Amino acid sequence: MKMLSEGSSFLKGLLLGALFCLLLSLLGSLSSEPQPNTEHGDDHGDDHHHHHIKAPSKEELQRMPEDLRMQLSQNVRVYCAIMVQPKILNFWATAKDTWSKHCDKAVFYTSESAKALEAVDLQEKDEWPKIRKALKHAFENAGDLRWFFLARATTFAIIENLKHLLLIKDSSQAFYMGNVVKAGELEYVEYDSGIVFSYETLRQLVRIFNDEERCPERGRALWKLSEEKELALCLKYTGVYAENGEDSRGKGLFNKKSVSALISEGLAKSPSNVVENCCPDLAVTFGGMSPNQMQVMMFGVYRLRPYGHIYHDSLIFMPPEGSDND
Amino acid sequence: MKPISSRFAFYLGFLLGTSTLYIFLRQTWFERGFSRRPNSPGSVAGLKARLDAEGNTWKTDAHIQLHHHNHVTGQDSRVADELYEKVRVLCWVMTGPKNLQSKARHVKATWTRHCNVALFMSSVDDPDFPTVGLGTKEGRDQLYWKTIRAFQYALEHHGDEADWFLKADDDTFVVLENLRWVLANHTAEEPVYFGKRFKPYVRQGYMSGGAGYVLSKEALRRFVEAFRTQACTHTSPVEDLALGQCMEKIGVKPGDSRDTLARETFHPFGPEQHLTREFPKSFWYWNYCHYPIVQGPQCCSDLAISFHYVSPDVMYLLEYYTYHLRAYGYKHRYQPLPPRALSGPGKTDASQEKMPDTGRTEEKQEAAAAAAAGVKKPARSGNVVLQEKQQ
Repeated sequence: MKMLSEGSSFLKGLLLGALFCLLLSLLGSLSSEPQPNTEHGDDHGDDHHHHHIKAPSKEELQRMPEDLRMQLSQNVRVYCAIMVQPKILNFWATAKDTWSKHCDKAVFYTSESAKALEAVDLQEKDEWPKIRKALKHAFENAGDLRWFFLARATTFAIIENLKHLLLIKDSSQAFYMGNVVKAGELEYVEYDSGIVFSYETLRQLVRIFNDEERCPERGRALWKLSEEKELALCLKYTGVYAENGEDSRGKGLFNKKSVSALISEGLAKSPSNVVENCCPDLAVTFGGMSPNQMQVMMFGVYRLRPYGHIYHDSLIFMPPEGSDND
Repeated sequence: MKPISSRFAFYLGFLLGTSTLYIFLRQTWFERGFSRRPNSPGSVAGLKARLDAEGNTWKTDAHIQLHHHNHVTGQDSRVADELYEKVRVLCWVMTGPKNLQSKARHVKATWTRHCNVALFMSSVDDPDFPTVGLGTKEGRDQLYWKTIRAFQYALEHHGDEADWFLKADDDTFVVLENLRWVLANHTAEEPVYFGKRFKPYVRQGYMSGGAGYVLSKEALRRFVEAFRTQACTHTSPVEDLALGQCMEKIGVKPGDSRDTLARETFHPFGPEQHLTREFPKSFWYWNYCHYPIVQGPQCCSDLAISFHYVSPDVMYLLEYYTYHLRAYGYKHRYQPLPPRALSGPGKTDASQEKMPDTGRTEEKQEAAAAAAAGVKKPARSGNVVLQEKQQ
């Protein structure tokens, strides 16, 4: 009898406690600002691990002797691992026809083969195991390439701007980069805006893939996590942390939204200075773009310009051979 | 004993429930992004107040801002600035009272800032926007009346401030720098006009209204004079066609606005249509274009001048693509030669220094590009060449 009354009290307490907590957090989220929009200056204090990666400034580059600049620029070469499947054949074809031509090596990884287009057939339907296999394959076939860019075919990337960002980074250091988001204690790089790995990171990642306990092959069974979180957890065990790629003003260079979505949002929020507030000049990625929008972006990035405005950039990247839309 | 232990159990349970759920929520609910979003609105109430304020102030926004290259930051605009002084363009935009907030204000916020003079033509005067009242009614049948009056107004009030006079719609996007590049090979005293050339109905052809067209000062003088002497009259409401017929009558020639690779610069449709769509064979466009139609990426010059049917969103998109978004250090395939109006060669980028300004044929263009690219054949984009000394 005694035990029963205690047990029921305990259960009542448990339930009420949970309810209480839920209520508090609901009230908390209603009164505070929408989280993604807060300045994260105050976060700086409690986050020891996340870093911000910015491109070298013009002054920094000009201070370097020419042969050093030459050496650095030749070391920045990118292996693009692009995730496709027959269901998105038009995105696949567009990625092949547009931005991927600017990668030093572009390899398409598919869940199943398609007759029309060439790819590495991973024969894998689930996204996380697919990514694991792709990254492993990329690492084993890297040749002398030391930077890796993982993206869906629905993401458009400007590789020159990625190289600019990586110019003075060391590929033998372990880090991975993109648009960093925080979920509870976990900081991870968003998949939809593209993920960049240094060679060292990939090496450690491939090694921890063998640890079925820390980095299970088909993901954690108990709690279904997105691929980007699975990746972050595996990397966390190797001590590798997420780095946010941004410009000199702290504006993110990796976007999971398309440029038109960002412009529409900007137009609705603040009709003056739409373009200045929307997107950075040296953006690296935009997600959620349709194939036609990607063709237009190709024209917009690599061709359309106003006559008489010249950028004295410290490096030159040559256009790829055998292409006419850039 | 009994009530104490069960109360204790209750407290324990309460504590456990709270902490468990808190941990759970932290993992799944509370997510925070890292990149700063500039101009974060602050509280929701503050955001609403700002939106209300914005809604009422678009009209009294700054006067039409002219010529400020400071919004194209971080680069050398000397050539563009020189052309701005030497090739002065007056832009007038065909609009109406109903379109001011939905269309014209986005034009005003973007490309007309690059005109030497920018005017917005409407049926009625609006001192706040500001628009010029032409004293006509609104409607498609008024287009030629508005055009005639607009050109008359431009010559009378601003004739001395410009060498060239551009007409555009409030859904046309124009890149003024590229327009000046084409015009800089001509003089304002030539009786000539440029645009997207159509061939039917007029023997010498006429220019598409929506894609925008530009008259030299001599052409404008003759046009205004012709209406004074009734050599030209209001023959039809179809503005571009009727104007083209008048141009032929008064000896104004239709110029070729294509670039040195024979690619079009004025475009009667939006960028997506020209770059990606295949026009069906039965489409009227095939019978209208004076020059051969090219579909796909070569439809359009790198130095595109105009696009039409541009919604406000695409207006800002084109502004972003033209003046902001770029690939760092990218060596463009098309290296345009400097036009005649510029003071001598070597005024574009460092790689152009060795280029003689002797003409603009395709072979010379490709030879020039190859010479500028350097001895090494460009392989993949991994090939990087150091830029020579700046300045």
